[in-house]
Amino acid sequence: MSDLKSAQAEPLFNSNKKMTYLVLGFFAFLILLPALGPTKFFLHLMIMIFMHAVISQSWNIIGGFSGQISLGHGAFFGIGAYATSFFYVEYGLTPWAGIVIGIIVCAIVAILIGIPMLRLSGHYFAIATLLVGISFQIIFQRWDFVGAASGLWVPLTSEDSLYAIQFHSSKVPYYYLFLIFFTIIFFITWVISRSKLGYRLRAVRDDAQAAQSLGIDVAKHKIIAFAISAMMMSPMGSLFAQYILIVDPDRMFNFEISIIALLITVLGGIGYVWGPLVGTLILIPLAEYARIFFGGTGGAVDLMVYGVVLMIICIFKPSGIISFLPNHILHREKMR
Amino acid sequence: MGLIYALIASGLSLIFGLMEIVNFAHGEHLMLAMFTSFWLWALLGLDPIVSIPITILVLAFCGIITHYFLIRYILKAKMLVQICATFGLAIFIRSLAQYLWTPDFRNVSKPMLEGRIEIAGIFIGQPQFAAAIVCLFAFIGLYLFVTKTETGLALQATSQDRQAAEILGVPSNKMFALGWGLGLGCVAIAGSMMSSYFYIFPDVGINFSLFAFVAVALGGFGSILGCLYAGIIIGLVESLGGLLIDPSFKLLYVFAIYLLVVVFKPQGIFGRY
Repeated sequence: MSDLKSAQAEPLFNSNKKMTYLVLGFFAFLILLPALGPTKFFLHLMIMIFMHAVISQSWNIIGGFSGQISLGHGAFFGIGAYATSFFYVEYGLTPWAGIVIGIIVCAIVAILIGIPMLRLSGHYFAIATLLVGISFQIIFQRWDFVGAASGLWVPLTSEDSLYAIQFHSSKVPYYYLFLIFFTIIFFITWVISRSKLGYRLRAVRDDAQAAQSLGIDVAKHKIIAFAISAMMMSPMGSLFAQYILIVDPDRMFNFEISIIALLITVLGGIGYVWGPLVGTLILIPLAEYARIFFGGTGGAVDLMVYGVVLMIICIFKPSGIISFLPNHILHREKMR
Repeated sequence: MGLIYALIASGLSLIFGLMEIVNFAHGEHLMLAMFTSFWLWALLGLDPIVSIPITILVLAFCGIITHYFLIRYILKAKMLVQICATFGLAIFIRSLAQYLWTPDFRNVSKPMLEGRIEIAGIFIGQPQFAAAIVCLFAFIGLYLFVTKTETGLALQATSQDRQAAEILGVPSNKMFALGWGLGLGCVAIAGSMMSSYFYIFPDVGINFSLFAFVAVALGGFGSILGCLYAGIIIGLVESLGGLLIDPSFKLLYVFAIYLLVVVFKPQGIFGRY
């Protein structure tokens, strides 16, 4: 396993010029993609890929960089979704403001949850987050103020509107929206992973005691990571709510979201900036196609695939698929 | 109810104490046990009570398979990997059950135990009462097995110090397989007792496994006796909270206990660590 390696690892996208061009070219391709006239399903697939990439990236911050396994990250997704929809439905506030509110609420909730919980470690933390995720679902199912179990239905606008983030005629605007958020969040993660914060988080993950002895406030850094991670999750919930226009507790606080975030990250390569992207590119098309081919038979085939993939990865390649890439791409050569 | 939680939790605790792996698929194994006894009833007409031994064998076999095909490889891996692997197993079993048997709710109609009985003015459902009794006996049996027999002592030795036990000639790999078999055997008893009065569906395990986690944390990871007390406490809190405040938030009370315990007394109330 490459824990030690990843501790000193610089992510992709270092001073290497070839790499820079490759990544820029990749983004240019993504920007131009809708112009090539893809089908609606393909756009949907891409949107799902962006969404899951960001979700798992946010999980990567807490799970990969700071090493705390959260099994309840769906809660923040749901909070984001509810924040936008609730304010839009009740007060007519634009979802853009809702996104910001969602982010702020998520940060506050994450800090409040984090203070008692991040004192726990390992299994205790994982189980506690699992319980938190499910508690949120239960609370929102019973909370009449936000529509209880039936959820909120976002009223449709008569035509496409950027103000209300609703586009009925095509999926292209959604595509760009998700692309923008995807780019921003990956950029932020990349910056974090190369900043002092990123190194400190990894130090906390690899050896909390050693980190503490070097003067790193372990608890504070864990909480910071948790809050950042929650803040990344929230806008995706908001956008997803605007994409499907229904918000209900079973869909938004679904346990699956937490699982998928974990799974994609582990599959792609935990602790690497580009790991979640690799994981998403493999898993989401696989799952979507599995759903098409076996659709209607109970709908659990995609989850079955997830489960098997997760076990196989754990047995044979715990550091994720990204570790198949040659080492010199993963790790920056020593400068001095 | 508390006794059932205790039995489920003791299975989990046994596995954890032995090899420091939290079995996130525990609830799914419970579901498998319930389905086993359901199918034995549906296809062969065996009552869940009668089929307990068969269910135990099936589940113990499951546990040993799990050990040989999955757990063996991740014993020395990082905790993250272990969590992910058992979690993957959980997802797999649950969705396989959903795929094979559809997510319908089923129950065993006309089980041998039906109706209710009156003890000192309190009405208790007969199956629940029987379940409590059987669980208590199974629990005592498990406790005696682990603390009194030679194999049980070897099991304990392995959980305390794997290398030392191996030096003394205890095959740790076999012990782990035995641990899995025993742990899931407990689940099998709980599952088949429950299947006479509980609905059976693929997602049934989640809540029970959560309660089991809480019970294990409460009782202290690895302590079997602690599980008994913790299970009873949880059962009481669940039903009293449901009775006095609001039944829809049952899980939250239990969760609150969990948080209180792990924050203030991380080794558990009766923990040995």
